Amino acid sequence: MAIIETKDLTKVFGKLIAVDHISFTVEEGEIFGFLGPNGAGKTTTINMLTTLMSPTEGTAKVAGMDIVKDANKVRSLIGLVPQDLTVDEDLTGMENMWLQARLYHVPKEVAKKRIEEVLSLVELKDAANRKAETYSGGMRKRLELAEGLIHYPKILFLDEPTLGLDVQTRAVIWDYIKKLREEQGMTIFMTTHYMEEADALCDRIAIIDYGKIKALDDPKKLKDSLGGDVIELALSNDLKDVTEAIAKMPYVIDVKKKSEIYRIKVAKGEEALPNIIENIIKMDLKVSKVSLIKPTLDQVYLDYTGRSLRETEGSREEVMRMMRNIRRVRT
Amino acid sequence: MISEAWVLTIREVKKWIREPILVFMMIIQPVIWLGLFGKAFNITGLVSIPPQLLQQLPPNITTQIAEIFNKMIGSIFGGTVDYFTYMAAGMLSVIILFTSMFSGMSIVWDRRFGFLNKLLVAPIARSSIVMAKVTSSVIRGIFQSALVFAIAFAFGLKVGDAFNILDLIGVFIGLFLLSLGLSSLFIALTIRVKSWEGHMAVVNLLNLPLMFASSALFPISQMPDWLQSIASFNPISYSSDLFRAFILHSHSTGLDLSKIALNFEVLIGFAVIFSFIGIILAERGLRKS
Repeated sequence: MAIIETKDLTKVFGKLIAVDHISFTVEEGEIFGFLGPNGAGKTTTINMLTTLMSPTEGTAKVAGMDIVKDANKVRSLIGLVPQDLTVDEDLTGMENMWLQARLYHVPKEVAKKRIEEVLSLVELKDAANRKAETYSGGMRKRLELAEGLIHYPKILFLDEPTLGLDVQTRAVIWDYIKKLREEQGMTIFMTTHYMEEADALCDRIAIIDYGKIKALDDPKKLKDSLGGDVIELALSNDLKDVTEAIAKMPYVIDVKKKSEIYRIKVAKGEEALPNIIENIIKMDLKVSKVSLIKPTLDQVYLDYTGRSLRETEGSREEVMRMMRNIRRVRT
Repeated sequence: MISEAWVLTIREVKKWIREPILVFMMIIQPVIWLGLFGKAFNITGLVSIPPQLLQQLPPNITTQIAEIFNKMIGSIFGGTVDYFTYMAAGMLSVIILFTSMFSGMSIVWDRRFGFLNKLLVAPIARSSIVMAKVTSSVIRGIFQSALVFAIAFAFGLKVGDAFNILDLIGVFIGLFLLSLGLSSLFIALTIRVKSWEGHMAVVNLLNLPLMFASSALFPISQMPDWLQSIASFNPISYSSDLFRAFILHSHSTGLDLSKIALNFEVLIGFAVIFSFIGIILAERGLRKS
């Protein structure tokens, strides 16, 4: 069942089209990722879906409710963990949680139990009575995550959940997100510009650039669309060239020999690998080295947007200009 | 809506009492005003007669002259010859003005830190956000002006001989109304302002005129006509007159009920109109920027 449904969703800031007629659906219970560089329209889309901004054009339904007409109903069904750290530093973790619980009208008795529960989920129970200003970046993010969960939202929106966090903390946050889906069956809509993150967490990914969805599928299929995996192998008793023999084997798309190493392009790497090795052994040959190279989302991204994520991240000037533009047209 | 506003008010008050330096700074400023300006400005000293001249005059004439001067000054300064007392009563309004400015500032801060967005995605009435800001500002304002009142008392504020608990209650009702109106006004003005600098510009533009073009520090009757007409639109004039009427309540003259009623009417009107404007703007102005 589709829990988020958008139709021609568009947001224009002055002359800048931040989100350009995007239509997609998110199924109940899945982790859906929006992948794209800074300024691609990810956060603007989240802002519209979470009722913070109204669309210039188009409509969207979240949990069956219209984001403009039933904005308040939408608000009570969703949780948002924003990009910035917005916990109140002057309050303790516990007070922040209570504030959130009261704002979402969670009855006192229920709230007491749930606060315990979510705080232990994000492992902040021991620090709950300390002021949030003493928390590290990772702890604040976890508190933020806990706040987003207090009312058991049907859909949790995570805007760049690991932006600016160190590698260990990022892994911890990933675990929480996975746990949430497994234990609560929550639908999660997240944005990220980290390839690994989208790959590790998301059931489906939409690649967004210049406000448009360039591709939408599960990470594996997106990678498969590049034309498959590559097996590299070397033979120990390689007396004659077996390129042609390998080319005839199942799964194999293309073979090239380059200084003792066979570079074999195959359709399904995991299935092809044992099959090819078996066939080589049957030919009385020995495999001395083998590796399976899977395409990365990086390559997929490059393929769809014509620029690599790293490149855009590196080009600070472009990003800054875009940010300035957005800021200017909004004021 | 009321419970939402209450929860947010508690947040504001908690933040406030945990920053003792903020409370201290806001009190120290008016105390300096009271101490330096209020004490230095000795009006009776200005019109005192030099001792050599005094010796040449017969004693009954000097007492008569002193009486005439006191009456003149008393009529100008609303019944007191002590400028410190005059100004301390006006200072209560100025304190409310200062604390109200901060209500607008805190909304700018919440916007900058993204906390406002958190409130905007929550299923709460937009007006409760503004109501909480106003309520907490009123609480702060009343608390601080009460403190300044006590300090002024210790410094030598002379209340009228008939000053009683009812007068004190009257003062606090006036403080409440003025604070409600001013906080709403400042929030309405800064609700779409995104930067701290922008907020300071708005506040500074209003701050000094509101303070000086009023009867808070100096009697309106001594101002030029154009300034008088500006001051007559200033709610701080009405609140200052009101506080003074209560504080200087004496048996000989009693309370000028018609003047008090007029001051109350203006303050009630001011508070009601601006809190409505604040709530209406909350629905429209509190958007994601």
